[in-house]
Amino acid sequence: MWKWLHPWAKPEKSYALAGTLLPWFSWLALLAISVGSVWGLAYAPADYQQGDSFRIIYLHVPSAMLSMGGYLSMAIAALVGLVWQIRQADMYVAATAPVGAVFTFIALITGAAWGKPMWGAWWVWDARLTSELILLFLYLGVIGLYNAFSDKVMAGRAAGILSIVGVINLPIIHYSVEWWNTLHQGATISKFDKPSMDTSMLWPLLINIVGYGALLGAVSLYRFRTELIKRERQRPWVKAMVTAKVSGGV
Amino acid sequence: MRNSLVFRAIVRRELISAMRRNAEVINPLWFVLIVVTLFPIALGPEPQLLAKVAPGVFWVTAILSCLLSLERLFRDDFSDGSLEQMLMSSHSLVGIALAKVFAHWLLTGIPLLLISPLVAVLLSMEWQVYKACFLTLAIGTPVLSLIGAVGVALTVGLRKGGVLLSLLVLPLYIPILIFATSAIESAAFSLPYDGPLAIMAAILALCASLCPFAISAALRVSLN
Repeated sequence: MWKWLHPWAKPEKSYALAGTLLPWFSWLALLAISVGSVWGLAYAPADYQQGDSFRIIYLHVPSAMLSMGGYLSMAIAALVGLVWQIRQADMYVAATAPVGAVFTFIALITGAAWGKPMWGAWWVWDARLTSELILLFLYLGVIGLYNAFSDKVMAGRAAGILSIVGVINLPIIHYSVEWWNTLHQGATISKFDKPSMDTSMLWPLLINIVGYGALLGAVSLYRFRTELIKRERQRPWVKAMVTAKVSGGV
Repeated sequence: MRNSLVFRAIVRRELISAMRRNAEVINPLWFVLIVVTLFPIALGPEPQLLAKVAPGVFWVTAILSCLLSLERLFRDDFSDGSLEQMLMSSHSLVGIALAKVFAHWLLTGIPLLLISPLVAVLLSMEWQVYKACFLTLAIGTPVLSLIGAVGVALTVGLRKGGVLLSLLVLPLYIPILIFATSAIESAAFSLPYDGPLAIMAAILALCASLCPFAISAALRVSLN
């Protein structure tokens, strides 16, 4: 497997690979999000208790899930970067942190917008809300630490170490906060044997989760490519590529 | 030299250099007393109210004073180059990091525990609440030093690391704060609170075994 995997650690190869994957992720995201959102917002039946305001879950649940998934992927990349000293892994950490932070922010905002009519308050100090807020702080810490260094190689490594420390803490924070106070409903769709949600509502949600995952991947890939080009701008392959682009385009 | 000798030598060195500039040890304690004084002035002096908020106030103040003293953990050794010497020596950086954190706890955690009766009197805590508060601080302050040291090690190379340090470290302090306050809350109702204390001790064991590795990795990045 190493023989197969190792050539991709060369910057030009990983740049090209990211470029090949980018359209797939983008189109999958566009397709799945439009199908899932139109189906969920327009055609799925209204909830018998919450009426139409339940429809915010088609935005809220995917972004909340992907905010955690994004952090996990960031920490895995950081571990890869730390163990095998692959620099692109650190670039992925830097590329994906702001995207994950935005997903976390969307989850918090949509949750607040739903909480106002349902619980009667924009914000309550409930377990899941609190741990999502702490997740946002952890993301902001990684971004802040990365931006504080002027040497971006050092910055990537430091941000990587911080995200690994954060991911070890995340379950501890999650369970401690859960124990502390809870009002949020339990998991709805992870109970695969018998979901507590009708399939006509569930399908668009699942499609949207796939779509948001692809969106996270697409934006991260795009940012990863930009980061790579920025850091490698002195290297011959970047110059060759740019010259080819310019002479081909004019 | 054996590792235990290095450990002792570093702790001794830290204690001596702190004693020669003892303002660095005393100032965080002043800070605790002043912040604790602000709360009765801001919230009102009724003893019932104070007794209710006292443990939380004390814990938050302890965390803030720990943050104040964290920077000196590696900053001076970084700027005069002795940190680099430690890195280049043949001894394991993990052990050195653990020794420095232990010395930091001796210089911040222990004095905090020593002035805790005074804080308890100022905030009119009851005896059983104070006992729980003391125990949680005794277990919790080493955790604060350990996690904080990771943050310091990451930011020590930066010119303005201070504010960033608190942004990095404070979210990671939340679990220990939660278990401490739930132990104290149980104590206030005269319920057994060894459960949360045991979890705090487990967190301490986890941090003591993992944080030194994170600290040494972070120091290697910062010193490049």
